[in-house]
Amino acid sequence: MIINGVSIDATFAEAFPMKATRAIITAQNEKWAMISAQAMTGFATSVIACGCEGAIERVLDPSETPDGRPGVAIMIFAMGGKGLAKQLETRAGQCVLTSPTSALFSGIDGGIRIPLGKNLRYFGDGFQVSKQISGKRYWRIPVMDGEFLAEATTGQVDAIGGGNFLVLAESQPQALAACEAAIEEMRKIPNVIMPFPGGVVRSGSKVGSKYKSLGASTNDAFCPTLKGMTKTDLSPEIESVMEIVIDGLTKEDIDKAMRVGIQAVCDLGAANGIKRISAGNYGGKLGPFHFHLQEIMA
Amino acid sequence: MSALTFTLKSKPAQRVDMSPLVCQHLSGLSIAEISTLTLQSGKLKLRVDELFTLTGSNTQDIVINNSADNLDFIGQDLDGGSITVNGDAGAYLAFGLKSGEIKVSGNAGLYAACEMKKGYLEIAGNAGDFLGAALPGNKMGMKGGTILVKGNVGERAGDHMRRGNILIEGNAGDYCGSRMTAGTIAVMGQTGRYLGYAMRRGTLLLWNQPKLSASFNDCGAHTLAFLPILFGSFKTLNSRFADASIAFNRVQRYAGDMSEMGRGEVLVKL
Repeated sequence: MIINGVSIDATFAEAFPMKATRAIITAQNEKWAMISAQAMTGFATSVIACGCEGAIERVLDPSETPDGRPGVAIMIFAMGGKGLAKQLETRAGQCVLTSPTSALFSGIDGGIRIPLGKNLRYFGDGFQVSKQISGKRYWRIPVMDGEFLAEATTGQVDAIGGGNFLVLAESQPQALAACEAAIEEMRKIPNVIMPFPGGVVRSGSKVGSKYKSLGASTNDAFCPTLKGMTKTDLSPEIESVMEIVIDGLTKEDIDKAMRVGIQAVCDLGAANGIKRISAGNYGGKLGPFHFHLQEIMA
Repeated sequence: MSALTFTLKSKPAQRVDMSPLVCQHLSGLSIAEISTLTLQSGKLKLRVDELFTLTGSNTQDIVINNSADNLDFIGQDLDGGSITVNGDAGAYLAFGLKSGEIKVSGNAGLYAACEMKKGYLEIAGNAGDFLGAALPGNKMGMKGGTILVKGNVGERAGDHMRRGNILIEGNAGDYCGSRMTAGTIAVMGQTGRYLGYAMRRGTLLLWNQPKLSASFNDCGAHTLAFLPILFGSFKTLNSRFADASIAFNRVQRYAGDMSEMGRGEVLVKL
């Protein structure tokens, strides 16, 4: 399959089941909601070493937030419910509770309820106040700038992590420009996040390593500087490869995000140095969810 | 299916215990069977059809027409369905209400919504003393749900209240929120003496400055983030509380009752 001179590999991205949650952070203005959200989703690029994958899903209009203030929706994904709950609580406590004027609300009504402000309330040292409004419990925790308002719980749902595609280009600036264009479009899709820095990862990994202590190592088949010294997957003109990893609530959400992302890359086309779109998989042995690139783009 | 309607023939001489006439007790009964049920009135047991004319058949939608202030225990332990009272209600209206909705077009007597657990009670007129309170000797009053009173309420509204909302468009009598354990009482009108007497926790939300006891301490003026959410939850009510223009988030906060636990608050609109 070739779109605008860009070859779409007959391969698939391999993804695996995860647990996910969404939280809504509001603040006096969008600037402070964003600062808080960025702090909460910082160091959350990969479950390999961060404990979770998290990112900002989208900016919310005041009319969309529970307290009518500007807000940001963030999503966090982890391999299990216990790990997810721990990450959520730690990050909420250190990054949102501490952030001036912030408030924290559930972003998923259904699912298994996991603590959001439920345990953070103890920071109030007995001065915390509970309010049950329309069936939801909120905690008002006195803090130095006033009150930190946090909904007691949020929803944990089954999700999918590890959807991905690779952008193979003639130069590094061209690969990055294509990924930036893809991310801009993908961020318009609800229920997905691209957890790596700016949504793009340049250090895609393979499973295993020559070093016994490492479970993952550089994806040498896609490293352009190794073209002459490993079993490469790159043709001579490819000088740079970048990857976009997508976590989403459902397979359909990831399908949609991959489609708009790949389309944005292909819109730049061969004229802008984009040669191929490929995807990372482990032969179908690692994850039960397979995202076939050509089916998605058909 | 039309509402099961009880039209009072004439005001009874004695008070009447209406507790058998709730949706869950009448479910599956025919009009003929309901007519033969008996209601306690003083020393007498009166057949339902001696007191009321019955029409309609939907036992989950009960209407009491021509109601009087000596019909007690209307909607006791109601667990689903709705009861509409056209006229006044006696004492213990919605006593122990579990779920469902009760609306009264007139006034209600003492102990309305006493020990209510959940559901919704709307009183278009005034309510008597001990609205949403606990029975004498009991420690827990209203435990959940919402009460809306469009008129005034008597003394001791929310006495021993544990959870839920009491919304009063008019004035509240003395000892409003006394011995409250938690929950919210909002009063648009004036409040009487001894507001929040011995309250432990909970919120008294006021539109007018009350006369507070010395055991309430001023915590200053604040903008509180939970208030827009609280007012937002009133949007669907048939009430002035649903009007966005009456909402506020800037309040003077008083903590009390310091002679008790002191974790309660009186929030007064600024």
